[in-house]
Amino acid sequence: MSNFISNVKKQFKFKHIATWVIVAAVAVVLVIMSESGLLNRSTIGLLSRIAYSIILAVSLNLVVGFLGELSLGHAGFMCLGAYIGTFVASLLRESIDNKLLVLILAMLVGGLVAAFFGFIIGLPALRLKGDYLAIVTLAFGEIVRNIFKNLEIFGGAMGYNSKTYNQKDLFVIAFVVVIIVLILTQNLIRSKHGRAITAIRDNEIAAKAMGINVTFYKLFVFVVAAFFAGIAGVIYGHFTTPVLYTTFSYNYSIEILVMVVLGGMGSINGSIIAATLITVINFVLQSKLSGGLAAIRLLVYALILIFVVIFNNAPALKPIKERFSIHNLKEKRIAKKKGTIVDDAAEWNRIETKVKMDSILTPDLPHNENVTPDKEDKSPKEVK
Amino acid sequence: MSEFMLETKNLGISFGGLKAVQDVNLKIKKNELYGLVGPNGAGKTTLFNMLTGVYQPTTGTFFLDGQELKGMSQEKINHKGIARTFQNIRLFNNMSVIRNVLVALHNQPEFKYSPFDGMLHTPKYFDVEIRMRDKAKELLDVFGLLDERNNLACNLSYGTQRKLEIARALATNPKLLLLDEPAAGMNPNETAELMEIIKKIRDDFDLTVLLIEHDMKFVSGLCDEVTVLNFGTTLAQGETKEALNNPEVIKAYIGG
Repeated sequence: MSNFISNVKKQFKFKHIATWVIVAAVAVVLVIMSESGLLNRSTIGLLSRIAYSIILAVSLNLVVGFLGELSLGHAGFMCLGAYIGTFVASLLRESIDNKLLVLILAMLVGGLVAAFFGFIIGLPALRLKGDYLAIVTLAFGEIVRNIFKNLEIFGGAMGYNSKTYNQKDLFVIAFVVVIIVLILTQNLIRSKHGRAITAIRDNEIAAKAMGINVTFYKLFVFVVAAFFAGIAGVIYGHFTTPVLYTTFSYNYSIEILVMVVLGGMGSINGSIIAATLITVINFVLQSKLSGGLAAIRLLVYALILIFVVIFNNAPALKPIKERFSIHNLKEKRIAKKKGTIVDDAAEWNRIETKVKMDSILTPDLPHNENVTPDKEDKSPKEVK
Repeated sequence: MSEFMLETKNLGISFGGLKAVQDVNLKIKKNELYGLVGPNGAGKTTLFNMLTGVYQPTTGTFFLDGQELKGMSQEKINHKGIARTFQNIRLFNNMSVIRNVLVALHNQPEFKYSPFDGMLHTPKYFDVEIRMRDKAKELLDVFGLLDERNNLACNLSYGTQRKLEIARALATNPKLLLLDEPAAGMNPNETAELMEIIKKIRDDFDLTVLLIEHDMKFVSGLCDEVTVLNFGTTLAQGETKEALNNPEVIKAYIGG
């Protein structure tokens, strides 16, 4: 035991637990606020939406960002979790009195069913590469929701009605689940299995040559992501009544993908921030732009997304971003202490040169015609 | 157990009508440094790809230490004890140097823990991870890469990347190491250093090494025996000096 503690101490770094500690702190503040009646009903609804969005984005990031496979069927797994989870909960409620226990069991069952389908789909689909995997998973998502649409047991096209919990209690549970998911994913990424997964993304051929079982890890990540998506679905199912098949259209899968891409592939912190941001934007636009203005909601949403993407990638904005990036500020502070000069990329970019570095490095592009070469041919004439 | 570490019998592969490699018979003794030379397009890398399971041979078979490995997948062959480096370097570029080696330590029996240990960070996880890191540092030290361990692999110089690739291959604990042009892109000093390192790891890790190289000084200074390939067939085989002085070999290389 003492050995264990010393081992933990040796490897402990605050940045390893920073993410979920911050999320937990925010959650505690929110819970206190809701208990003291500072939050109204719609805000609590928004918070729960943020909670399951974070779970969805983080789990999809495992597949897209860390494993490097494009999956467009994440809403399908969520759909499975939502229908099966609420169905199981309504069955269990007749025999078990404890509401919390019912919910936990429902989450487990919902998650496991989604994971099982993840396994079934992943087994053949993960042999495909790139776009083809995206097509198969896209089809899977559509098939799942259409099956539930046609099952009378789940309410058919009217949706499945379930007694919902008190929203206040639910959102506490939702945040506990978010923190558990965050801890599990981050631990996985930081273990040797996480290293194997990122190795597959970086160079599949080399990973195979290093003896890593690529098929196993692809399937494993797919199943874990489906499990978490299923749990998110159960949470969703208990917040929203009725559970309606239209929610889980491929648009929603794309929205989760947008969260992952905006937050940055392979960045869990990014996924959390992007999921929060997109959910809030959607919520605000939905509540502010009602009536005749509702039509421009998607337009504004798209404009915001385009702006964020351009801001992320525009070369002109790069110096600005670098000047204010946390990493850069930290490095400068350390350099100040040591008294050394920092190689500041932002500074270098601002120095004017006759030939743009880009045009030298990319021979495909035509060279800038405005550049005038030094006139060497003049000097011999003058000698004459 | 057999006298030879690697033995191939009539190993060959054809892609459609093209016979890329035909009837290659190698017999590599234990602890030997064995060279594989030949002009461009002779089928050297294709032979490596067959030995590591990237391609499945269409004719013949091969044995590692008396055990037939034909038909196994890449990862299975690696578990059995063949590790390789690549002609065009295939490091995990976005990972730090030490992580590259840690990935390769993945399958060692002393570093096993389940994904659930990893997700829950059980005591076993901490114990294994610390031992893994020590082992990785030990390996990097052999190649003088210890100070670079926190740099990204893509930021290393070309020669250093080659060294890291060898370190990574060694981390899988192989019996037979396949090196595909290890000295390409190195300056003469680095090449001389690499020769010393290869000899050293051969002795320290009890390895057999099969290497492809175009630098004849490198081959004749290092290898006990060579096989010369040309157009997929064996041109000459035997002790290094004799084989390289064979008129047929000179003709294939210089032309005439």
